[in-house]
Amino acid sequence: MSNMITVDNLWFRYSEENDWALKGLSLEVKKGEFLCVLGSNGCGKSTLAKHFNAILVPEKGDVWVEDINTKDEEKLLDIRQKVGMVFQNPDNQIVATVVEEDVAFALENMGVPTEEIRVRIDEAMEAAGILKYKDRAPHNLSGGQKQRVAIAGIIAMRPDCIVLDEPTAMLDPNGRAKVIKTIKQLNREFGITVVLITHYMDEAAQADRIVVMSKGNIEKIGTPREIFSQVEWVKSLALDVPQTSDLMHQLNAYGYSLPTDTITIDECAAQLYKFLEE
Amino acid sequence: MLKDITIGQHFPGNSPVHKLDPRLKIVLTVAFVVVLFMSTNFVGLFLSAVFTLSVFKLSGIPLKMLQKSIKPLIPLIFFTVFLNLFFIKGPGDPLINLGFVKIYKEAILFIIVMVCRIIFLICGTSLLTYTTSPIMLTDGLESLMKPLNKIHFPVHEMAMMMTIALRFIPTLIEETDKIMNAQKSRGAMLDSGSFADRIKALVPILIPLFISSLRRAEELATAMECRCYHGGEGRTRLKQLKITGDDIRSAVLCCVCFVIILSTRMFFTRVI
Repeated sequence: MSNMITVDNLWFRYSEENDWALKGLSLEVKKGEFLCVLGSNGCGKSTLAKHFNAILVPEKGDVWVEDINTKDEEKLLDIRQKVGMVFQNPDNQIVATVVEEDVAFALENMGVPTEEIRVRIDEAMEAAGILKYKDRAPHNLSGGQKQRVAIAGIIAMRPDCIVLDEPTAMLDPNGRAKVIKTIKQLNREFGITVVLITHYMDEAAQADRIVVMSKGNIEKIGTPREIFSQVEWVKSLALDVPQTSDLMHQLNAYGYSLPTDTITIDECAAQLYKFLEE
Repeated sequence: MLKDITIGQHFPGNSPVHKLDPRLKIVLTVAFVVVLFMSTNFVGLFLSAVFTLSVFKLSGIPLKMLQKSIKPLIPLIFFTVFLNLFFIKGPGDPLINLGFVKIYKEAILFIIVMVCRIIFLICGTSLLTYTTSPIMLTDGLESLMKPLNKIHFPVHEMAMMMTIALRFIPTLIEETDKIMNAQKSRGAMLDSGSFADRIKALVPILIPLFISSLRRAEELATAMECRCYHGGEGRTRLKQLKITGDDIRSAVLCCVCFVIILSTRMFFTRVI
């Protein structure tokens, strides 16, 4: 399978006086995968994400979106259309005063004909589950609904990849669940590559692969199972593990030998049940 | 409590006035203002009044709103009356002569005409904002000002600024509310003290508001860039303004009214 995004020895700093924010990262995001980026605050997650659609360009090294180098300014709009980005605060990404006009914003910028805009925004709003709010004003919606408006605004561009920078950080549990459901659906049903940056381990546990970052470096890349089974190591990076892994880990401290790669509740329950039977 | 403030006095409705194309509405309003200031006799003014009131009636907006929009301008009207009453001099004898003030017949006539004009002016223009949503108004203005692009006037940028301003008014009001509560909970006295104290108490509200607005602006700019925003060039619109047969009929009807009002200039003597 070919790569959606290729990061090759990426070095970046915000200004020459600053320390390097990213210190020689290399990473491949495969087409159609659900990749999650974990790391404590200030480790360079958001900075890395901004390189994926040329908001920032590397000082040293390269970032490729399919076969376009992000340093190629003439291809800027192509890159932005291929890789959409959703940010943390939904209030600060909505431009228009009516939901459907906001969803249409990207298409208007791309110069899509009016009739086609109509079709595509209806599709996008349907996919994000906000079609019934299309005539509402954004400020009357809840946080989760607003964030889904922002997602719809991105998927209307029909991108191949969506990068989400802590999209659920400001939402209540209900809004969070709906946003994650939408993201997963986009990944599974529409085959859109998803890069999710998050602090929530239960969200990370649903990814295909996890990238763990620390101080501008990639510490480890692996499946959720591989990453979360190393409870001590994950905690040493000031991160959490899913509660299920944590439970097993704490039981092991009492001398049991339970597997710690249980990332779902069902799995965890099954293991405990098996253990108790023995 | 700040959330209750309505900005942009738009009254949604379904009347022919509401449905009229915003571009035509803007042009007709401007034309109406010109007609108003060109009617120099009472018949013309009376017809203008009839015209304004019938359009108001048609729009279905309660007349009480009219009162509301005139109210803030009462001082201005009084000021006009006061100045003109004493400073306009006619050729004949003064009507009232108190020695130091002389009031002439011309002054009184002029005042009547002027006050009528101001009131109808407010009625006509507030009708525009009452019946047109801010988005439609922005779209209409952008479309009307398009020719100015030729002289490098940033028409699209202006319209975009207006849209974003409208979008962020409720957000910023909410934010102000939050900051006020935060400062109150730290003991800020916002509602008491002398006038000067209260002005001073605003500083710790305005500074955080200002800083957070700048941060918002930066994030919004990034989000807009992510959605391929690159200025007005090659942009299409979701909603395109189209002039329908109804629009043309209404416009023609208004123009006929305007011509009739103007033609009174030829048949009646001018008052001023």
